[in-house]
Amino acid sequence: MNILDYMKEHFLYLDGGMGTLLQARGLEPGAHPEGWNLTHPDEIVRIHRAYLEAGSNVVNTNTFGANGLKFTDEELESIIREAIRNARRAQEEAGVSPSWVALDIGPCGKLLAPYGDFDFEDAVALFSQVVTLGVKYGVDLIFIETMSDSYETKAALLAAKENCSLPVFVSNAYQEDGKLMTGASPAAMVALLEGMGADAIGANCSLGPKELMGVMDEYLTLSSLPVLLKPNAGLPRVENGVTIFDVTPGDFADTVAELMKGGVRIAGGCCGTTPEYIKALTEASRSLTPVPVTPKEIPVISSYTHAVSLGKKPILIGERLNPTGKKRFKEALRNNDISYILQVGLDQQDAGCDVLDVNVGLPEIDEPKLLTEVVNELQAVSNLPLQIDTSDYLAMEMALRRVNGKAMINSVNGKQEIMDEVFPLAKKYGGLVVALTLDEDGIPETAEGRFAIAEKILKEASKYGLGKKDLIFDPLAMTVSADSRAARETLRSIRMIHDDLGCLTSLGVSNISFGLPQRELVNSFFFALAMENGLSAAIMNPHSLEMRKAYHSFLTLDNQDPNCMDFINFATALPALEVKTGDLAGKTSSPSANAGSAASAFSQGDTPLQTAIIKGLKEQASELTKGLLETVPPLEIISKEIIPALDIVGVGFEKKIIYLPSLLMSAEASKAAFEQIKLKMPTDESALASSGKGPVVLATVKGDIHDIGKNIVRLLLENYGYRVVDLGRDVPPETVAETVRELKAPLAGLSALMTTTVPSMEATIKLLRQECPWCKIMVGGAVMTQEYADTIGSDKYAKDAMEGVRYAEKVCCESR
Amino acid sequence: MIGVKTYGPLPYDKSEILRYAGIPKAALLKGGEGEYAQVIELMDSCIAEVDSQLTFRVCWKEFPIHQLDEGLDLGFTITTSKSLRKNLENCDTVILFAATTGLALDRMIFKYGRISPAKGHMMQALGAERIETLCDTFNEEVRLEKEAQGLFLRPRYSPGYGDLPLEMQLDIFKALDCTRNIGLTLNDSLTMAPSKSVTAIIGVSKENRRSQ
Repeated sequence: MNILDYMKEHFLYLDGGMGTLLQARGLEPGAHPEGWNLTHPDEIVRIHRAYLEAGSNVVNTNTFGANGLKFTDEELESIIREAIRNARRAQEEAGVSPSWVALDIGPCGKLLAPYGDFDFEDAVALFSQVVTLGVKYGVDLIFIETMSDSYETKAALLAAKENCSLPVFVSNAYQEDGKLMTGASPAAMVALLEGMGADAIGANCSLGPKELMGVMDEYLTLSSLPVLLKPNAGLPRVENGVTIFDVTPGDFADTVAELMKGGVRIAGGCCGTTPEYIKALTEASRSLTPVPVTPKEIPVISSYTHAVSLGKKPILIGERLNPTGKKRFKEALRNNDISYILQVGLDQQDAGCDVLDVNVGLPEIDEPKLLTEVVNELQAVSNLPLQIDTSDYLAMEMALRRVNGKAMINSVNGKQEIMDEVFPLAKKYGGLVVALTLDEDGIPETAEGRFAIAEKILKEASKYGLGKKDLIFDPLAMTVSADSRAARETLRSIRMIHDDLGCLTSLGVSNISFGLPQRELVNSFFFALAMENGLSAAIMNPHSLEMRKAYHSFLTLDNQDPNCMDFINFATALPALEVKTGDLAGKTSSPSANAGSAASAFSQGDTPLQTAIIKGLKEQASELTKGLLETVPPLEIISKEIIPALDIVGVGFEKKIIYLPSLLMSAEASKAAFEQIKLKMPTDESALASSGKGPVVLATVKGDIHDIGKNIVRLLLENYGYRVVDLGRDVPPETVAETVRELKAPLAGLSALMTTTVPSMEATIKLLRQECPWCKIMVGGAVMTQEYADTIGSDKYAKDAMEGVRYAEKVCCESR
Repeated sequence: MIGVKTYGPLPYDKSEILRYAGIPKAALLKGGEGEYAQVIELMDSCIAEVDSQLTFRVCWKEFPIHQLDEGLDLGFTITTSKSLRKNLENCDTVILFAATTGLALDRMIFKYGRISPAKGHMMQALGAERIETLCDTFNEEVRLEKEAQGLFLRPRYSPGYGDLPLEMQLDIFKALDCTRNIGLTLNDSLTMAPSKSVTAIIGVSKENRRSQ
């Protein structure tokens, strides 16, 4: 019998602990339990059998840690083959019908990049190998469990989905704070896993049944899938050298049965539980009737920490990560200036956005590669859900794979060929799809016309199993100055889609005012009207105060702001925000101002800007530069203000009267000054670029993922007018050589933190010598010494960042 | 059996944070706080931002040790390290432990390393102080427990110190099941993720070396 059919009418009972039972039978601590499938098959069969006889109808194969990181291909294949054979044998011997064998997949034991060194796609490949073997040897379902990282969970589920059509159960390990180790809430996991098409989801391990009640409540409220629970027998403690779990079989069974009464459909045990626990559980729940699993129809997106649901309170989607009409952003994309891009994203988060739209489309750019990179970097610094905004469907797929959560997808429309591209991606990776109400015939003038397209899109989506909760319609704000009925038709479209189709709507609000003066005024009123007509999301500039005023006022008036607290907070912050508006609307600022006090070790500068830079006052430096730019030419500010100030600090650092934190703060203040200067530079020919020295190629070598030192060198080099091409961390020698060759770079800087990665630094130097003999190579990093640097054949050991700058000055002077 | 423990908030040693950031204690004393007002403000903002997200976890296990003809049987592995052998002279057991402050600091270092290296650097220093404080706290508890039994501790010793190879990390991770117990993982380079983590060996002896 098919397990999914059986589950519709029945509870499903899982098995209990395996590892603890094996240790009790003599498995050495630290040894791989999976090996026992081969060496002690009878013991394994006996345990499976005991669970089946105690009432389990699903047994997990003894393959929790079986993967290609721990075993060779041959070992892995024989382990999985025998593990499944053992489970089948137990099934036969116990004669329990119906019962099923699940391929057990636990965490791979590595932390995924960027915080660990294991790439997401490597994780997918690792799990794919396990799934493929499981399918080959005939399991009934895939059981992904004890996952404490949302990203790794996604990799495993993707591997299962791409390599089999078996049912997939996914279970996560929550901490005492109700979150995964890497931060995800239950709501975030429900969004991610449902979006990707898991068949049952829930929690196991780490805690006892009582401690998991809160997590279970969330799952049961949010999930449209059967919910599973496989807790520990309470919390472990050591008594006389033996680990004891503090919940008895009876108490365990009572608590789990209580949760089954509340809706849990699949239950078993994890660490510390034995067949006795499962027996008690089946007995305690025998008289219960399963609570039906109902579709919750909640439109939701998520990040690695949290979920954002739509449909009640309108949400704000930041539009600034988009090159259209933004000179500085285009420049950043062309130069792969990730830190600028990240700052644009983080500024929007600070301004109160719920979601970040990400668009990196420029004609001359490798969009799939860059979009993937920006998504990876953004989700490492911001915990907001993302909206993937591209019409390059390869880029869309690559980005959706990498999203650590469930994204919004921008966009589909009524054109058949576009729906054929986008809907399969939404189905596979999960996602809330923005659907524009236009098709082969263009944008209908009337609300009725747009409504008809929305209906058509919804119908086509249903062919993929996507429904109302998976779509958000954008009925398109058309310019009111071109057609005076435009705003009304858009508002009517929102109303109709909201009321008659029961679907979500989104708008890029600012189009409405194109060609008009005082655009923000028009935009904010239109925004308020749209919200009143049922708008669920706006793609907007969060630095526009008028828009935020409209937003907070509307929420208060619409009874969506209990006690008006949000509004009061906003209004209190408003005067300060208004001062900053000029800076924020339209460009990126440098946050965190702080007033300075005089410091004796720091020589005062001759001018206010010099002093601000020397003291490391970012915001002051930025403001002062802005003021100066009205009368002083940019290059003069650089040569007479910024460079002298930097020299004072640099020399002070070398003389050891100024220390690293102050040097860095000064460098950042001067960077803020440079940002102002860049905004003033002519578009076509940036004077900065023409005076730019270098380029200098920087990289943390392969195998090493520590990059703070390299980032410090980069900051200082940029300060001194160098063009820096930063290749990031864990960079293969070939990439360094290729980049140096392409750019004819006179200087490369390599960093390594660990002795274990020095060999890869040496390999990089060797390759550079072969392929780019003109290039000077400087090295640095925690383990580096002059002796090391000489041994591996570098030209220069830079003991700190300033020495790196001095060396660059020397090299680039000579090369001119 | 392997012990696992989660600690609550631990007090900060701010002059240590500044020392890790590169400001010597002598300079702090000489210049006074006023001189470093900006740096101190930066440090305080780092603390405020990350404090609630830190998780302090330790797992440990005690092993009897034996001298071999060549090397030392530590119970979970055999080593030929001379420096560790010296450190563990006259010890009968060792406490092997792994400690981590969780992933929050890595996130901060990654984030600010990109948008504000000054703050990234300060987060790094803060992380160094946090993990040392955690190790000190655990170490002190062990000291009190052992001294009550008339036993004394040697200074904790980690792979990478002296001639003790980093490769021992592989044995330590197996022996303590660090990944499962405290969410600590090992990279291919034998560094740990989360990075603000420590593994170490504490020798336990009947002999009080300090009093000699």
